[in-house]
Parts: sequence; structure tokens; C-alpha cells
Amino acid sequence: MSYFLDRLQYMKKIRTPFAGGHGEVREESREWENGYRARWQHDKVVRSTHGVNCTGSCSWKIYVKNGLVTWETQQTDYPRTRPDLPNHEPRGCPRGASYSWYLYSANRLKYPLVRKALIRLWREALETHPDPVDAWASIVEDPTKTAQYKKIRGMGGFVRADWEEMQTLVAASNVYTAKQYGPDRITGFSPIPAMSMVSYAAGARYLSLIGGVCLSFYDWYCDLPPASPQTWGEQTDVPESADWYNSSYIIAWGSNVPQTRTPDAHFFTEVRYKGTKTVAITPDYAEVAKLCDEWLSPTQGTDSALGMAMGHVILKEFYLERQSEYFTNYVRHYTDMPMLVELEAREDGSFVPGRQLRAADFDEALGQDNNPEWKTVGWDETRDQLVVPRGSIGFRWGENEEGKGRWNLEQRDADGADIHLRLSLVPAHDEVARVGFPYFGHIRHDYFNHVDGNDVLYHNLPAKRLSLADGRQVLAVTVFDLMVANYGIDQGLTLEGSEDDGATSIDQMRPYTPVWQEAITGVPAAQVTRLAREFADNADKTHGRSMIIVGAGLNHWYHMDMQYRGLINMLILCGCIGQTGGGWAHYVGQEKLRPQTGWLPLAFGLDWNRPPRQMNGTSFFYNHSSQWRFEKVEIKDLLSPLARREDYSGSLIDFNVRAERMGWLPSAPQLGTNPLRLAGAAEAAGQGLNDYVVNQLKSGELRFAAEEPDNPQNFPRNLFVWRSNLLGSSGKGHEYMLKYLLGTTHGLQGKDLGEMGGALPEEVEWRDEAPEGKLDLLVTLDFRMSTTCLYSDVVLPTATWYEKDDLNTSDMHPFIHPLTAATDPAWESRSDWEIYKGIAKAFSKVCVGHLGEETDLVTQPMQHDSPGELAQVDVRDWKRGECDPIPGRTMPNLIAVKRDYPATHERFTSIGPLLDTLGNGGKGISWPTGPEIDLLGKLNRCKSEGPAKGRPIIDSAIDAAEMILTLAPETNGKVAVRAWEALSKITGREHAHLALPKHEEKIRFRDVVAQPRKIISSPTWSGLEDEHVSYNAGYTNVHELIPWRTLSGRQQFYQDHAWMRAFGESLLTYRPPIDTRAAMAGVKRPDGNQNPERVLNWITPHQKWGIHSTYSDNLLMLTLSRGGPIVWLSEDDAKSLGVEDNDWIELYNANGSIAARAVVSQRVKTGMAMMYHAQERIVNVPGSEISGTRGGIHNSVTRVCPKPTHMIGGYAQLSYSFNYYGTVGSNRDEFVVVRRMHHVKWLDGEGNDSVQEPAKTSS
Amino acid sequence: MMDYIHTLLFGFYPYLAGTVFLLGSLLRFDHGQYTWKTGSSQMLTKKHMRLGSNLFHIGIIVIFFGHLVGLLTPHWAYEWAITPGNKQIMAILVGGLAGVLCLVGGMILLYRRLFDPRVRASSSTADIVILALLMVQVTLGLFTIIAAVDHLDGSVMLPLAEWAQSIVFFRSGAASHLMDVGLIYKLHIVVGLTIVMIFPFTRLVHAWSAPFGYIGRRYQLVRRRA
Repeated sequence: MSYFLDRLQYMKKIRTPFAGGHGEVREESREWENGYRARWQHDKVVRSTHGVNCTGSCSWKIYVKNGLVTWETQQTDYPRTRPDLPNHEPRGCPRGASYSWYLYSANRLKYPLVRKALIRLWREALETHPDPVDAWASIVEDPTKTAQYKKIRGMGGFVRADWEEMQTLVAASNVYTAKQYGPDRITGFSPIPAMSMVSYAAGARYLSLIGGVCLSFYDWYCDLPPASPQTWGEQTDVPESADWYNSSYIIAWGSNVPQTRTPDAHFFTEVRYKGTKTVAITPDYAEVAKLCDEWLSPTQGTDSALGMAMGHVILKEFYLERQSEYFTNYVRHYTDMPMLVELEAREDGSFVPGRQLRAADFDEALGQDNNPEWKTVGWDETRDQLVVPRGSIGFRWGENEEGKGRWNLEQRDADGADIHLRLSLVPAHDEVARVGFPYFGHIRHDYFNHVDGNDVLYHNLPAKRLSLADGRQVLAVTVFDLMVANYGIDQGLTLEGSEDDGATSIDQMRPYTPVWQEAITGVPAAQVTRLAREFADNADKTHGRSMIIVGAGLNHWYHMDMQYRGLINMLILCGCIGQTGGGWAHYVGQEKLRPQTGWLPLAFGLDWNRPPRQMNGTSFFYNHSSQWRFEKVEIKDLLSPLARREDYSGSLIDFNVRAERMGWLPSAPQLGTNPLRLAGAAEAAGQGLNDYVVNQLKSGELRFAAEEPDNPQNFPRNLFVWRSNLLGSSGKGHEYMLKYLLGTTHGLQGKDLGEMGGALPEEVEWRDEAPEGKLDLLVTLDFRMSTTCLYSDVVLPTATWYEKDDLNTSDMHPFIHPLTAATDPAWESRSDWEIYKGIAKAFSKVCVGHLGEETDLVTQPMQHDSPGELAQVDVRDWKRGECDPIPGRTMPNLIAVKRDYPATHERFTSIGPLLDTLGNGGKGISWPTGPEIDLLGKLNRCKSEGPAKGRPIIDSAIDAAEMILTLAPETNGKVAVRAWEALSKITGREHAHLALPKHEEKIRFRDVVAQPRKIISSPTWSGLEDEHVSYNAGYTNVHELIPWRTLSGRQQFYQDHAWMRAFGESLLTYRPPIDTRAAMAGVKRPDGNQNPERVLNWITPHQKWGIHSTYSDNLLMLTLSRGGPIVWLSEDDAKSLGVEDNDWIELYNANGSIAARAVVSQRVKTGMAMMYHAQERIVNVPGSEISGTRGGIHNSVTRVCPKPTHMIGGYAQLSYSFNYYGTVGSNRDEFVVVRRMHHVKWLDGEGNDSVQEPAKTSS
Repeated sequence: MMDYIHTLLFGFYPYLAGTVFLLGSLLRFDHGQYTWKTGSSQMLTKKHMRLGSNLFHIGIIVIFFGHLVGLLTPHWAYEWAITPGNKQIMAILVGGLAGVLCLVGGMILLYRRLFDPRVRASSSTADIVILALLMVQVTLGLFTIIAAVDHLDGSVMLPLAEWAQSIVFFRSGAASHLMDVGLIYKLHIVVGLTIVMIFPFTRLVHAWSAPFGYIGRRYQLVRRRA
């Protein structure tokens, strides 16, 4: 009744003592306890997950109370596993558990925001130009007007706007750009579709329908390991975390499992109870190190030396001294080791390994009339003759009905005869050849160890003498013998006048022995030898149950391919790939998009137009943020000593331009003119469109846009960023982006090549004055005020992960998870799907009178998993007159696409007719999908009028999710069976049994909302998802004999492309980190700061208090960490810098500078500075003493440096595919100068500036 | 007119203030249980907290009980023990010392409340007003000591006590006791009554919940199942 009256109980006996008066029982109201009960009461629980770019994909319970999300806890209703396998749950980590903080925090974006200067210009312009497109033109065509808003980007000044106005502004800008410069000048960046695939698809669908460009992320993030497509023709395919439990030897190599794979780490812990040995290889004492039985601490960036030494021991002890039957059988069946390689003679009588020999090289092409130049050859031991084994890529494409069905890994030749391929020619050679291999371990580097030696190592190899069709006599060796020699092993063959540089014992100090690696990595030779033996011995006894879990740490180095191939080779040599409990477990950012083939048509509008425009992010940003203008790494630094240097002139950007011209890499913008105008021009010239374009290119009238990136015609005018924090997290060369793309205040320190007098590019036009502020409009969709939002012109508030319907999958487990709306989007926010739908609607309205039905000329590089991957046996550049420009053969495909711009919204919201006519598919197989389109029409209804009349509707995000789930074999059993049958036609083997038991199963959106569902096995992936095995990559290759999508159809050790050989990476080798020359480049010293300096290696690992683009600004995470940016230093380095824990320090180089607090810790290796990545520049960041502006993010001191071997295309597994192959944005070879700060200025006039006393150094 | 205001302020205003004080406290206790708290800002920053808070609280508790005892104890009750003069000197010494402690501590807290950005951002208007008002009041109180030095015989103290006792025991003509006291005393009383009146609307309510129960309670307390 009344709290007060209830206490008036003086007449009642309310205190009864007990225990001799030590205690008493009280009679009093307990109503106050309800306050605590109500604290945990809630109105409903909704299933959702976290769409940050973390591979977790954990199912969460989201609690809602009074219409507000209150908290979240881990879901525990995963389907049970089978006996002897722990269940998947609990999944989820403290980062995810802190997410609900965002929804109602001060960081939440509540209303559409726009830069005040821009909205003023826009409203003024609309007064004089009632047509929005004309209004936009009047702004961006006047440099004094654009300067008003471009120069203040990132400096605050947002005002609230309304949706209608913003949609019109954005649409008008897009229409103007498409009309004036071309739709390929409109770009969008969004990463990792798997984390919320409908949201990704929303933006990608809009862009693809209007002809805009989607940028890739996986390569840009440098999470793509190009070693994977090089070896397997597969982007990345990995075991699920449950398969760790099936392993009996696990090396965690640069992967900090408990910290960055928290929800999966329990399998790692559990399997140790079975006796599995675990080994950690990390330079720093990472959390995983304490979870493992042994810890190796190699010098950062030298892992390939470690990998080579282990491979040396494995080859020596398991292939040569004694032969493991399991290993030799495995490599004979599943690798290119038995394939023959031609030796090319050098002037001094020695040889270098050349191309893998092909059927076409021999008389009558060894009976092959289809693609003989793409069929590799081996030597059959039984018949002692050359054979063309099945499975090479030539069998994959273009076979007639009779020839079809031979793309498989059966041990038979093309004609069907059984074969037993020879691995080593030692017992059967005609001659011994002196063969040279490049050696890079002698290269001196200021901060890394080297081992002196010649730049070429010679080995004596057993060779066959063969006659070729052109009459030449050549020597050929097997890849096996090349590998043995390459790993520095002397096989004991003698040749007069030729000493073998290899080792005869593992104790020798010769390249690639354990002793040699100790000099490079600092890891004791004996330990490396022992671990290599244990690893291989375990694999030998268990048939491949040795596993390596690898993290991005290794992949972020410039020579990541060597580091990765180092450990990939170990796994293949030990027969671990494709075996349960074994294999290569790379878990970095790809987050397997399980229902990929159902999603592709939705995301890229393949139901209306093909092909979409897609661009590799690294080359795009390297080019358009003018990072190439500062390139100090030269081609000669990278070439093999065995390469002909004169053939490889130019700078890195030149190689990228050549790759674009030859149809290897994509381009964005594509051509130096508006692609909507080409059809009209061709008609006027009386030529066919393709002929016209080819002629124009040939004559030089028309150029690729990449050749003139500083020409205003070729600026990427509009950029959309969604689901990403491009500028606060992943933007390598952050300061370059601020200066050149945005045109605002920046901290760039270096001078460009023109100012430095450096060598200018050959293919790219150089302008002394580089344009700044290339973007006319930067639009960001986010739910929080990220660094990227801060720099944008228009910020659109999106729904959080608890406020929208979407789908989420991962490579870590086989389940498909929903995101569902626990509450409606708060304030005025909207889901990504609704936002892009709204922009599409505004676009359809404002384009009238400017754009109608148009013919758009799209260029497309030769695609992996298409016949185009057989385009170029040799490297020929038409621009240099080496061949004719033939679209799709020697240059990109040219494809005319008809767009109906006023119908954009109608097309966006319905499924187009191309799926009915062309079917659906992926990874080189396709199947009809008519029944699924019918079904969707019935489920979602069809449009009753308008330009998309009769087409199934996709109005809501759930409609879109149903489209994905219905079309994908992983979620629709009927499609799965059809897909396997389609593959059977090519392999000639029956695969449908893998999906038949689930034929009638259909997983719909509400099903996954009810409970996580396991996906159905499909040929899109190389692992199986069934009741008996855990998902493991390569499983169907090994067990179903489906070839890998490589040149030989097998796991490819030898990369024989001309550029791979020229750049010294045809085989694995150790390459020290490159010298980016950034840390010493004449940077000025700030006034008054006389503190000592030190140059440290810049390492940016994944952190504990955040994941990628979000979480680190979350109050809970900031509280658990240190509340702002921090950089870890070793005790030794800190001492010599006079830095104590928590001091403010500055780190800088030519690229920019960072101000952060120091964390001084024993766990950091001397010589490195670690800054966990994606710490926002919006919380507690003081001004830099060097740049005078705010102290930057971890990418303020980096700049990307593309690698030519990643540009290769049109060559089997080395062919472009979006997010699959291409240049990657490595950043760990960078060095920074570190110094204690003197003035700590906050640049805010609030009087908190302070001075740190000069550093006291003891030494 | 002056007379009217005088009676209003010292005859009726005390009852208004007292009624608001009692009823307000009761209603807040019953209807705003979650607002019944000290509202401490110690969690936000500990800087100056220990010194300021302790000085202030020691001072104000002594002052409170000093006033309570000093004003409400009838003259006859202590006549036999101490002369009014001596009582006044004791009051000046104890009250003066406590007043200085309270002022110094309170000013530290006020400074902190106004100029520490975290504390300021989490302060309500009432938090700032009440602390400022207390500082005004304690300053006025200290000024009365200066005035009192002129009449150390207790000749002013006695009418003040008479007035207080008249109010508390509902005697008529209470205001008349204050006809001749100085302005400074009147100001002090008016401000004091105002503090009493706004008491239920501020964090001062925590004074009701002073945890005296801990003194001498048993070790283990158990409640019956509800």
C-alpha cells in the first residue's frame, strides 16, 4: 500500500532472534525484491546474430522489453551433433554480448545527415534548376561550389535532413554521373556478403541495375590468400571448426584462436582431451600460445623460411630416406608432382624450369583435339611412355559429347587406360641437368636477418629427353624432382662441373635446412626438425589428420604467397588436404556465403542484366587515391635473378594497366569515355559496337581509364559505402584517401615521384598537379557514427542487426542463421534493403528526361570457372603490337548490356526473366531453375502491372531472403540434386547420391528463425555436410575424384605462368619482407621534441576489444581496454625510447602519422610495434605533432603495394574472379618511426592540452 | 506592511515549509523509491571527493545537531548547568568550527560539481542549486557569529530559541520573538526555511535514510518468505 506505512510496525513483533542472538528473522515487506525480478523480465526473445565482419555467425537471443532491446545472450538450441563430437554451442563472445549497447547509445545514427554546406548549395540550386539532375550539375560543375563541401569533409558540420530529400539528392547525383561520365563512375564498397547477405545484395543490386561498380573487399582487406587459388583454383575453402575435433595434431600458425575465434575455441580445447598435440607459431606471446603444448616464436614475416625447413625435413625423411606409402600415393593421385616440366636452356649451359609440358607440344597433340595446350602430361611407369592424365583443365571446357566426362581424378589417361604416374625420374632419367633456382635469402634488409649466398642455387636434376612437335629436343623433369631440389635437398646425382648446392644432411648450413632457418627466424633448428617429424609422422599414421589453423597474420605480408604456400605444401605433402581432421584452416574474413549461387542473381541483378560490373578493390584504391604516385618499390626489387629484366620494364601501376588491357584484371572506370555513348558513336561510324571499340582502342583514340586516372573524365565520382568502415578500418593508405579521393585535411608526409625525381610510369599519363577531391558524393549507410560517416557527404541511418531481417552464414559451422527484427528500426533508421529500394525509386523518377533505355558497353576480364580461363597460353600485349586485340581472348570481353533506367525500381523489386532463360549456376556449372522461379512467383506473388509485369515480387527483405534460399542448392534439395547432376556431366561420375537423401528438403526463412539449420551438400563447395563427416575442404576432390579447378586439375605445386617464373614464385621460396622505403623518407622533426626515435615494424593484428569495423568504439569494449587508441611496444624498445606504459607516443612515416598511448608488454617481440586494427579515430585521439591534424588510424602509416603475380589472368586457376583472385592490400612490410610525444594537443580549445616531460632513457 | 511580511515569513512560512517538508518526503518515499538516493558522483571521479565530502558532512552534521539541541532545548532545562552567555560562547566555538569545515568542504564539492565536466554533465539543476544554497546558508551562519560578538550574553540567542520553540509547540505570536533581532539572523532563518521546504525535491532526502540501524544490529538478518 504505502512503503512508508508498511514500515510502521512498532506494535508487531518483527524481530525473532535465533542462533543465540547472532541472527534474527524479520517481518518486513519484500516488495522491493520485485525491482530485481523486473530487471530480468522481458516481453519477447528474438533470434538474431551479429553482422560485423567476424566469422563467428553465432545465434543469439535478443531480449525485448517495453519495445526496447535490453540485452542479448547466447542461443543454445543448435541441432545436436553425432556421438563423439561435442556440440557447437555455446557460441558467442563478449564482443557480441556488448552489441545491444549501440542501439540507444549516443553513437547511434538516428536521422539522415548531410553536410550543411552541401544541403545549402542543393536547396539554392533547386530554386534556379527545378530538375534535380540539372541542380546537381550546377553544383558539381562549379569548382568553387564543390570546394565548399569537399574541403570540410571530416570536420563536422552535419545537419539533419529528411529521407525524401536525401534520396532525391543521391539519385540526382547518380543520374548526372551516369549521363555525363558513365555509370561505371558510380561505385560501391561493401564487404563480406555472408554477414548480412540481403543487406549487401540491396546495394549491389541497385548498382548492378544502373551499371555501377561493386568493389571487392576480400583482396583489399588482404584476407584473400592468393596462394589458395594458385594451388587449388579455389578462393578459400576450409574445414568447419568442429573438424578440429577430428584432428590429432594441430598447428595454430599466426592464428590467435581463443581471442579472435572465441566461439569456436572450445573445439580446440576439447580435442586436447583426446591427446591431440597443439603447437602455436606466433611472433608475439599471443593468447593461443598459452593454450598450446608448444610455442614457436619466429621473427615476424619470416614464416616461409620456417615452412621451407619443415618441408625439407618432410621430403627428406618421408619421401627420400624412407617412402611413406600413404604420402606417395596421395601426391601421385592428387598433385601435379608427376607432371612434366620443360627445362629452358640458359647461355651458360645450365637450365631453368619452364612451362609444364602440354599435349599440344607433342606430335599430333598426343591425340587430343580439344584444348591440347591445356592438358598437362606425365610419364606412365607401367607402359613407360608419355600420357595425358585425365582431370587437367583442358578436359573441363569445350569437350564434345563424346569427350565429355573425363574431367576427373581417376588414375587413367585420356583414352581410359589405367596409369601409374612416375614421381621421380631418378631411377629412369636420360640425363642429369644443372638447374638454377632463385635464392632471395641473401638479400640484406636493415631489420631482418639474411644468410649470405649467391642469388641462384644450382641443383642436379634427373631429366628425360623428349622430342616436341616443333622439332625441338628438350629436357623435362617432374615437378616432384623440382620440389625436392627446390627445398634444398641434394639427391646425390652427379654431373661433371656441377656442384649441387643442396644439403645432403639436415644438419648442414645450406639453404632451407632447419639450421639455415634458425639464422633467419631465430627458432631453434632442433625444435623445427622435431615438429616437422611429429607433424608428418602423425599424418602418415592417421592418413592426414594433421591440421594447420592459419590467421591473417601471415597473409598480410607482401610475400604472403610464400608464407602460405610454405604451410600449404606441408599439408599436401603429408596428404592432409581433403581428409577429415586435416588440412588448411584459414579463417580470415571470407565468411563462407553458403547459399552463394542463390544469392548471386539477387545481388548482382543477374536476373535482369549480365554481366555486372565488378572491380578489384586494391587496384581501384591504389589507382584512384594516387598511392601509385608515391610508389617506391620497383619491379627490379621483385624479379627473379633468373628473369630477363628487359622484358619487365615499368612500375607496378604499369603492370596493373597491362593486366587490365590484356583482360586479366577488371577496370573501374572501364574505358576513358562514357560507355553509354559508345553504341551511338559506333552506329554513327557505321560499325558494329565491338568492332568500333576495338578499332578505337587500337588507334589510341580510346584508352583504358586506368591509363589516365588523373583525367577528370575518369574519376570515380560517386561512392557508396555500406556495412563497412572503409575509412576507419580497412582503408590502407588512409591519408592518401583523405587527400586525393576526398580532398580534405590529411596527414600525408611523403613526396610523390614527380617531386622526388623518381622514375615515372610508362603506361600511365603523369600530371604534375594531382587532382584532389575526386569524389563528388560519398554516401555512407551505417547505424553508428563511424570514421567513414564522419568523412561522408550524406549519412543514412540503417537498422542495426537486431532491427532487420537478413541471413548470415560462416565457414566455421554448417548452419544458416537469420537476423530478425526484434524491434522496428529506431528513430528514423531503415534497413539497407529499404534504403536502396528508396534510392532506386528516386532514381527511376529523376532519370526521366536524362536516361531512358540505353546500351551500356561493359568490359569484363576473362573469368575463372568459365571457358575464358583458357584464353592465354602466352603473355601477349596487343597495345605493344604483340598480338591483335580480340575481345575475350587477348583483351577483356566487350559486352553490350541494355538498361532500362526508368524501370530501375520495378526491376529492383522483382525477379527478372534471365533466370528462366539462362538458368542459374556457379563455379563453372549451371542448371535450369524454372521450377524455383515458379515457386517464388507463388510464394511472393507476381507484379500485376508495369515494366516488370508478371515477374515474382521481391518487395521485403524476407522476400529477398526467400529468393536466395529457394535458388540455392545448399537450402533447396531439388536444386542440389540438379546441381550435382550438372557436375556429373563434366566429371563423368555419379555425384547426386550426395544430395538425394535431402531431395525434398527446403529451408525457408521462417525455418531458420525457428532453429539453426544445417545446409545441404552442394557442388559449389568442396566439402560435404552430412551425418558422417564434418565439413572439410577438398573432401569431394579426394573422395569423389572431382578435380581441383587448376591447370593440372590437381593441387598445383608448380606455377608455370611466365610472370610467376619471372617473379621467382613458380615454386615456394623464402622471400624476406620488402623495403617500402617509407620510414626514412625525410620527415621533419616537430618543434621542441628531442625524444629518441626508433624504427619498428608495423604490425596490425586482430584485437580483443573489437572486431574489424565495429565494436572498438563500444563503451563496454573501451572500458575493458584503455578507452582509446593504443600501440603495444616491447619492454626493450620502450626502454630505449624512454617510454613508460600509458605514455602518449607518436608513430609516423612518409604515409602519415598516428598518436596513441603506449602499452609496454613482455609479450611483444623487440623490433615490432603492434596496433590492433580498427581503433576508431573518433575516441580519445589527440593531434599529431608531425601532421598538426588529428592522429590517424592504424592505416595512416600504410600504403598498398600491389604484386604483379596477383594480376595474372586468363590462365586456368590464375584467372580473375570477384573477391577470388587479384591484387591484395598487404601492409605488414611497413616500418614506422616511434617517438614519445612532447605536446599532447587535443585541437579542441577545451584547455586539456598537456606536455609530457622529455623522455628519460637509461641507455 | 513590514509587519505583515514579518509575520508571513516568521509566523506562517515555517508551517508552509514544514508541511511541504514532511508531506513531500512522505510522497517521494512512497512514489519515487528509485529516486530515494544520495545521487553520489563518486563513481564518476574520485578527485577531491574524499576531502570535500568528509569536511562537508562532518560540518553539516554537527551544525544540524547543534541547531536542534541549541534551539529546541527549553531555557529551564539547562539553566542550572550553564549560563546563556557560556552556552552562546560554546555555540560560537563549536558552530563556528563546524561551519568552517562545512564551508570549506562544501566549496570543494561545489567547485567539483561545477567544473568537473563529468560531474557537471550528470548533475541536475536541483543538485547544483541545493549545494549552492547550503553554501549561502553556512556563510550567513558564519556571519551571525560576527554579529553575535557584540552581545555575548546570550540576549539574542534566547529570543531565537523562544521563536523556534514557539513554532514547534504551536504557540501564538512566534514571529514577535524576532522583531528585534538583526537582519543577518532573519536572512539566515528565511534561507534555512527555504532549504527545509525544497528538501524533498532534492538529494537531501538521503538524510532521512541515515543508516543508524547498522549500529547494534544483529549479524545475520533473514526475511520470511513473502
